Order: sequence, then C-alpha cells, then structure tokens
Amino acid sequence: MSNKMSHNINNTEQVRRSLKKRHRQEKRFILLGKLSVMTGFLFLVFLLADISIKAWPAFQQSWIQLDVSFDPQKLGVEAPADEDALKKGNYRGVLKQSLYTMFPDVSTRRDKKALFKLISSGAEYQIRDTLLAVPEKLGTTQQMWVLADDDVDSFLKEPKMRELPQDDRRIKDNQVAWLDQLREQGRIESKWNWAFLTSGDSREPEQAGIAGALRGTMLTILVVLAMSFPLGLAAAVYLEEFAPQNRWTDLIEINVNNLAAVPSIVFGLLGLAVFISFFGVPRSAPLVGGMVLTLMTLPTIIIASRASLKSVPPSIRDAALALGASKVQTVFQHVVPLAMPGILTGTIIGMAQALGETAPLLMIGMVAFIVDIPQGITDSATVLPVQIYLWADSPERAFMAKTSAAIIVLLLFLVTMNLLAVVLRKRFERKW
Amino acid sequence: MNQVAEAPDIHQAIKETVGSPFAEKPKMSTRNVDVFYGDKQAIFDVGLDIGNHEVIALIGPSGCGKSTYLRCLNRMNDTIPGCSVTGEFRLDEDDIYAKGMDPVLLRARVGMVFQKPNPFPKSIYDNVAYGPKLHGLAGNRAELDEIVVSSLQKAGLYEEVKDRLNVSGTGLSGGQQQRLCIARTIAVSPEVILMDEPASALDPIATATIEELIDELRQNYTIVIVTHSMQQAARVSQRTAYFHLGKLVEVGDTNQIFTNPQHQLTENYITGRFG
Repeated sequence: MSNKMSHNINNTEQVRRSLKKRHRQEKRFILLGKLSVMTGFLFLVFLLADISIKAWPAFQQSWIQLDVSFDPQKLGVEAPADEDALKKGNYRGVLKQSLYTMFPDVSTRRDKKALFKLISSGAEYQIRDTLLAVPEKLGTTQQMWVLADDDVDSFLKEPKMRELPQDDRRIKDNQVAWLDQLREQGRIESKWNWAFLTSGDSREPEQAGIAGALRGTMLTILVVLAMSFPLGLAAAVYLEEFAPQNRWTDLIEINVNNLAAVPSIVFGLLGLAVFISFFGVPRSAPLVGGMVLTLMTLPTIIIASRASLKSVPPSIRDAALALGASKVQTVFQHVVPLAMPGILTGTIIGMAQALGETAPLLMIGMVAFIVDIPQGITDSATVLPVQIYLWADSPERAFMAKTSAAIIVLLLFLVTMNLLAVVLRKRFERKW
Repeated sequence: MNQVAEAPDIHQAIKETVGSPFAEKPKMSTRNVDVFYGDKQAIFDVGLDIGNHEVIALIGPSGCGKSTYLRCLNRMNDTIPGCSVTGEFRLDEDDIYAKGMDPVLLRARVGMVFQKPNPFPKSIYDNVAYGPKLHGLAGNRAELDEIVVSSLQKAGLYEEVKDRLNVSGTGLSGGQQQRLCIARTIAVSPEVILMDEPASALDPIATATIEELIDELRQNYTIVIVTHSMQQAARVSQRTAYFHLGKLVEVGDTNQIFTNPQHQLTENYITGRFG
C-alpha cells in the first residue's frame, strides 16, 4: 500500500510534465481547425463576390429610343387592317426607316447595315407586339424603347472597350459615333432587365432569360419529390423494420449503398435505354429527367432514412408493442413520425444533389436549345445547371454575365430548399 | 468472479426448484420453460405459477434470466431476433404461444411497464388514450376522457397533471413519467401487469410512491415485478421467486424467503454475499 502511495506522488509529477505537451497539442489542433474554417470561408466569399460582380451586367440591359412611325405603306398593310395582316407587316423596314431618318448622313449599304446592327434583332417583334396590342397606333409615330444589340450592350457596360483599337472590338468607330450621338439626345438608357427572369432562352443574349430553365427545374424537382420520397421511405421502412435478416437483405443493402456512389452519367444512360427507348417516355421532358434523377437520389434518401429510423430509441417500440400495437401500427404511428426530421433532411439533401446534376440529363436530351417555357412535365425543357452549361459554352460576350446570373439563381434556389429543410426539421422535431 | 468459478457446481446444486412454485387456480402458469438466445440458453426448465391478484417478485443477480422470463409472459421476446422460447405458458386456460394466439390480444391482456420510463413524445392525454384508441375501447370522446382520467387517477398522477393534460409526457419528472407509463398500461384494462424494475431509474421518494401504487393496484390486477432491490421485493410482494443463472432456485411466501430461505443460494443472495 505504501509502495503504491509513493508511486502516486511520482505519477502526479509525470502527469504534470505530460500536461504541457497535451495542452500544446490541443492548441495546435484548435488553431488548425480555425485555419481550415477560415480558408473555406474565404473561398466561399471570393466565389460569391466574383459571381455577383460578373452577374451584375446581366441584370441591366441597354435600351435605345426610336421614333417608330407605323406607316401603313411602309408596313405593307392597308388601314384598317385585321390582326393577321398586321402580323405579316414589314416591321424590319419600319425600324430601318426610323434609324435612317435619325441618321440622314448614313448612305452606303455597308454603313446602313452597321447602323441597323445597333438594335436587337428581336426589336421588330417587340414593335409588332406593341401594334398588335393597340391597332389604333397604325398610321401614328410612337417614341419607343427597343432593346440594344448585345454587342452594343457589352460595349456600353465596359468603358475600357472604347480605348481598344478598332479591329479588336465588335463595335466599330462609326457605330461608336452614332451611339455617342444617341446618348447626347438621351436616347440610350440602362434599365433593370426583367426579361432575364420572365423569358425563355434565346440565341440573342439580350433576349435570353432564365424562366424556361427555372420552370423546368421546378417541374423536374416536383417529379423527383413525388417519386423518390414515397419510394425511398417505403424501401427504408421495409428494410429497416420488416425485412428478415438473411443473405438477400444483405445483398440489397450492399447494392443500395453502392448505388449511392455510381457516377450520375450512368443513370442517364440507364434512363435513355429504359425510360425513353423501352417505355417511350417523351425525351427532353421534366418527367423523364425527374425519373432519372429519382434513380440517382433514391440511395441517398434510403440511407439517410434508415439511419434516422435506426436512431429512434427501441424503448418507444417496446412501449407501443407492449400496449398491443401491431408491428405496422408501431412503425407508422410512432417510429416513422419520430424519424421524420431525419428523413426529410435526407430527402432534401438528395433533392439538392439532383438539382445540381447535369450529366445524366445530357443523356436524355435535356441539353437541347429550348425557347418555350415548359407548361407541363411532358413538354421539352431544360434545367438550370444545363442552362448554365449551355450559356457558358456560348461565344457571345454577354452570355458570360448571363452564366453568372444563372448561377446566382441556382444558388438562391438551393438556399431556399435548405431553408425549407431547416424549417421542416424544426417543425417535426420532438424533444425526449 | 466467484459466480463463474462456481458455475458448474451450481448447475449441479440447482436440480429442482425448492419451495412452492405452483398455486391453486393460478392466473398464469408456466411449465418447462427454456429460452435460447441463438445457441446460448438463458433459461433452464423453469416452472412457475402466478396466483390471481397477487404481487409476485422475481429477484436474482444480474443476468439470471428474470427479465427474460418476464418478457416471455407477454411474448415481448418475439421481437428479439434469434430468441426462441419453448415450454408451456397459460393465461387462465389460454395457451399464450398457441398458433391461434395473437400477440396483440395477449398484450392487451398482459400489460408491461419498463425499467426506463418510456412515455411517447406526445401529450399526457394522448399517452394514456393511445391504448384505448388502438383497441377501440372507447365509443366516443367522453368515454375516452373518462378512461384517461380514471387511469391517471388509479396511477396516482391525476392530481399533479390535471391542469396540463396537453403538455408533453416527456416533460414530466422521472417518477411522474413512470406513473404515466403505468396509467397508460392500465388504461387498456389488462388482467396482468408485468413490471421490469419499474423503480430502478427513480429516486427514493418517487420509488416509494410507485411502491404504494403497486400495493393499491393489487386489488384489481395481478402483478409480476422484477426487481434488484430486496427491500422492494419484501415491501410490495406476497410471493418471491429467486432466479440464479437461468434457473428458478426457490419460490415461497415473501416473508418466508427473506426470513427463512430453504436454499443455500437464496440465503447467500439475500444476505448480500453476491448480487
């Protein structure tokens, strides 16, 4: 006993000596942790700042004011004209006419062409729609704002471009002079670009919008939710609560876990072969996109749901069973509701993953150039990540800003979904 | 250490249950009970009767099989994978393990209170009302209210919670939670209540309340209680059964077991040589 006591005194000394080292280790680890968090945070801030700065021009759009005279003769229609006749009018001619009137010095064919290039090729449809809305304007002259061409828009947004030699810019010196003249007359204005949020895709950057991709994403996500949540929940509940423990269950379990790691493009190939080629589901549509993404999301949902079901204390099952609840009643009245926060979190994480997926959708034709905003789940559509991919690939300078702007919209969509997850979690969470 | 070293001898020593394991007109009777967890045998040839309206205490050192035996009585062992039960079990005249016996019906007749209070994370009212709703015992809301109130009264909890029946059951103190679990069990009007160390997670005052409650419940129910506390067994039970290493060593009137045990092992246990 006394021997032990003396040991103890020595031990205290020993512990004290080792203490310094341990504290040092602790401090080092905490420092390291702080550093890594800071690094991650810095990268995030840098990314967001970079995207925001690059995206800003996409939300602004240059407009040019023209005096448009709806001359029946120039349009090639007879007043009073019905709608069909008005639709067929020569609006391009009207636009050219108003530009030539504004710049009477422009005479050569080449210059005229350059002058007409200042405005967007969509401008003729814009003035056509104005006239169609109010046919009484036929025969009058209207002051109208029309979209500037994307090259003009980019030029106006970047003052530095002016200093480049003429050969290095798409807006030539004569065009610069015309623009300066227009600006002096107050005929150039930069406006908030609502069209970006309300119109579909276009080959012309100044007309291209995100609405089609946004709607496509929403429809696709709805399909994914409607299919993957019930399927995933049922599979998880069966595997966790009802499946007998045997080799088949083990096999299925291993496969589910492995499916979560399968490259997503493989699911796209599967969707192409099974859903489109075999079952004849319309391609390029949110329905088939949602089905493919469901395949990809299911393992995530199943794994998360099983973990959540497993974490429900067995004492709750015992309590319900001992009161005479059947197995199904126990599971659906007690275990599943208690596991719901975890199941929902898993589902939303899976959905967020699906939301950002591009590769499998390329395989099933959702990469097509689609102008119309999809109205249902069988219409051709594209989704935000694919839209970003398409725009990033386009040569026009203005699409660079559109790409960043689309990324911002995608990120906002993700943040909204994550907030939803937090809210749902809080709502369903129960304290023990 | 001692137990392990002694083990082979003990199996020799416990050849037959000493005392009076059988009763006349028992509420439940069990014969030749063997329980296996996989290959490991947990209970060896136990035969025991549980008399009508009596409190019988099952005592014994940890791992002696008393909880396992208890869980056989309402077939809660069915839920444990790899657990197999053989032997004869009767509740009145019904064979508990017969093919035709639905465990759901059995558990409505044989209720259970667990070691750790396990109220559902729902309101106090919903906790008690769950069983009656499940079995359709109440025709309407008023009847259900009556069942809930009377169950809480019988469990001695009503006065403390009558103003907050909508508060979550998990917010109560440990002792109150356990009484809520008892109220929940008696709301189904079982014939037998199994209690698996119902007071082991509670402080002495809450324990005393539960013990008084058990004494009152005896009027209407048959109670089988597993306990680690010999004082508790002495206070609440009329008969006591002593288990050791999966065997039933001795059964007798509680007084006799604690004052004049017949078997050497029983004496060693109640005098505190091991346990």
